[in-house]
Amino acid sequence: MLKIDNLHVKLEDEDKQILKGVTLEVPAGEVHAIMGPNGSGKSTLSYVLSGRDGYEVTDGTASLDGEDLLDMEPEERAAAGLFLAFQYPVEIPGVGNMTFLRTALNAQRKAKGLDEVSAGDFLKLIREKAKDLKIDADMLKRPVNVGFSGGEKKRNEILQMAMLEPRMCIMDETDSGLDVDAMRLVSDGVNALRSEGRSFLVITHYQRLLNHIQPDVVHIMSNGRIVKSGGPELALQVEEEGYGDLVEAG
Amino acid sequence: MTETVDLEVREGVDRETVETVQNMGSYKYGWDTEIEMDYAPKGVNEDIVRLISEKNGEPEWMTEWRLEAFRRWKTMEEPRWAMLNYPVIDYQDQYYYARPKSMEVKPKSLDEVDPKLLATYEKLGIPLKEQMILAGVEGADAAPADGRKVAVDAVFDSVSVGTTFKDELAKAGVIFCSISEAIREHPELVKKYLGSVVPQSDNFFATLNSAVFSDGSFVYVPPGVRCPMELSTYFRINAENTGQFERTLIIADKGSYVSYLEGCTAPQRDTNQLHAAVVEIVVLEDAEVKYSTVQNWFPGDENGKGGIYNFVTKRADCREARAKVMWTQVETGSAITWKYPSCILRGDESQGEFYSIAIANNMQQADTGTKMIHLGKDTRSRIVSKGISAGKAQNTYRGLVTMHPRAKNSRNYTQCDSLLIGSECGAHTVPYIEVKNTSSRVEHEATTSKVDDDQLFYCRSRGMDEEEAVALVVNGFCREVLQALPMEFAMEAQSLVAISLEGSVG
Ligand SMILES: Nc1ncnc2c1ncn2[C@@H]1O[C@H](COP(=O)(O)OP(=O)(O)OP(=O)(O)O)[C@@H](O)[C@H]1O
Ligand SMILES: [Mg+2]
Repeated sequence: MLKIDNLHVKLEDEDKQILKGVTLEVPAGEVHAIMGPNGSGKSTLSYVLSGRDGYEVTDGTASLDGEDLLDMEPEERAAAGLFLAFQYPVEIPGVGNMTFLRTALNAQRKAKGLDEVSAGDFLKLIREKAKDLKIDADMLKRPVNVGFSGGEKKRNEILQMAMLEPRMCIMDETDSGLDVDAMRLVSDGVNALRSEGRSFLVITHYQRLLNHIQPDVVHIMSNGRIVKSGGPELALQVEEEGYGDLVEAG
Repeated sequence: MTETVDLEVREGVDRETVETVQNMGSYKYGWDTEIEMDYAPKGVNEDIVRLISEKNGEPEWMTEWRLEAFRRWKTMEEPRWAMLNYPVIDYQDQYYYARPKSMEVKPKSLDEVDPKLLATYEKLGIPLKEQMILAGVEGADAAPADGRKVAVDAVFDSVSVGTTFKDELAKAGVIFCSISEAIREHPELVKKYLGSVVPQSDNFFATLNSAVFSDGSFVYVPPGVRCPMELSTYFRINAENTGQFERTLIIADKGSYVSYLEGCTAPQRDTNQLHAAVVEIVVLEDAEVKYSTVQNWFPGDENGKGGIYNFVTKRADCREARAKVMWTQVETGSAITWKYPSCILRGDESQGEFYSIAIANNMQQADTGTKMIHLGKDTRSRIVSKGISAGKAQNTYRGLVTMHPRAKNSRNYTQCDSLLIGSECGAHTVPYIEVKNTSSRVEHEATTSKVDDDQLFYCRSRGMDEEEAVALVVNGFCREVLQALPMEFAMEAQSLVAISLEGSVG
């Protein structure tokens, strides 16, 4: 599914190398977690994969099912099935949450040569998904993320993910700022989406999330590189011992 | 089901935009109608003024009124204080009167109107023909299929080609007709109110209009009547080198209510065309008028060739206590826009509101805003202006708020936001505030921002292309104003916002 090879990335208008050769592969149907100290480049990786401006790829490749991601516009990557749940979801004043989602959904459908979803079907679908995530009707009507609490924003990201049904889901610290119940809701949401054809890359600082969403592989990122990969026990080790030795190994 | 519909209407608003962006061409209304026209000779002089008056079958007093205005105009100079740059206009190199030949003998009903004209309006999306059937036949009360009625007065170049739903309106006592008809049929009302809000001598363009206005709409709503449907006028400039000078007069008598919509388009031409309209609104005690405009005159091409010069004077006079007026405008077209819909808050406790979206893209220049003149006690005004500049366009908000000594305990709130797309455009805010008493308060807030890259990226990461993303974000920026529009106009306006920003990114 997702294949990243020796990815080097620097800031576009600064001479600052952030990713220094990331190599990572997430096969179809698997859940991989990335942990790593603050500033190690986790969000940068997720932004570069989804096509945000401001970065320059100096070396390496990234592909989704063999298609070169780095060559595509952000919207093309979305249509190809890539989704990023943002660490800091963006507020869009004046644009209703539902309008936003419907526009996005139809844009993706159009890119795939499908008809637009009818108003009725859309409403039915979004109400169902919103209910699962305990997102009330009021939040659906309010402007995108404006005045949402931190936890509400994260749940809203997962709602978008559930609606858009991407193949490759990247979640950047979706668990940060969630209360215990919300964490469960979000994890249940993610688990419900798990399937053979869908993969997850879950960026997190806390082992707790990985109790709910069992990862197949855990990667440790440090200073722009993956320094260690292993099973779920790696997360436990981080939780107990911190990054100390692991990071030094990088 | 009802719930669904309700939600959809509200939600549909932004979505429409996006759909339109997807089907975007260039200026959608740029075609012209091949139709035989009658022109008065080029240029303006007393003979032309008399000719216009005669063609409209006007009484002597009206001819005199026009001539008086014309003589005044000759002594006036074109204003140059606006932040607008355009070549000198040769007022003698224009036609001042053009009308379709088929309109020489005024059709008695819409059935007699040239089908080509009706086709033009149909192409513009006005269901005139459908309404014609309703209006033309006996017992015209049946509602159109969509259940919403909008009475339309359609003005083609200089002449009103037909007004729908007249009979039904007449039953309610509402007069809605072309101004030329009103001059003939309701001279007492016209004499009393014409020029009472925008005097003949008001300003260069208004004075020219007073001399040569050819047609426009007239509305009178009698005391206590709530006008049973939205009224609207559609202006279409078709003929080349022809100035369009409409004159609209709306009178809302005591305790009445009316909502009026105005839409405008013009064909795509290399040459600039002059449009100098005057709108006067008289609001009496406890009456309320909503006036909405979606202005989409041809803006010229990307290099600034062609387009309409739009010099418009619009003013409402809240003449008596608790009168209320609300201007809402969506200005997306025209090469040059010079327009300041104003409120004279004369009656005690009267209220004025102004909601505006002005979009300037490519080489467009807009200098627009409002004037709130507080004369009465306890008067209120509110201004919400959203200016969007893209390409190499210049967009200026110019607003005046005056609190006169008598206007005790009055309030104004102004919010003025500018959004820039790209780095070659400009936004300017020029507020004038005069407070001549101590108990009144004026608040002014202004912001200028660039369209936010993070917002655009967020939209794109969800699958929208860049233009869809910009349209969505800009529509969000304008929401407050779009919400002030009547629903069917809000949809149209959203689409226009999207269309007029075409090519502004990437
Ligand atoms: N636009 C930028 N300008 C300057 N520095 C940047 C920029 N983007 C990223 N960086 C730097 O790159 C490094 C990696 O940042 P990134 O956000 O990817 O870290 P992270 O691993 O997601 O951290 P956290 O766990 O705190 O979210 C940091 O040192 C950050 O300051
Ligand atoms: Mg991060």
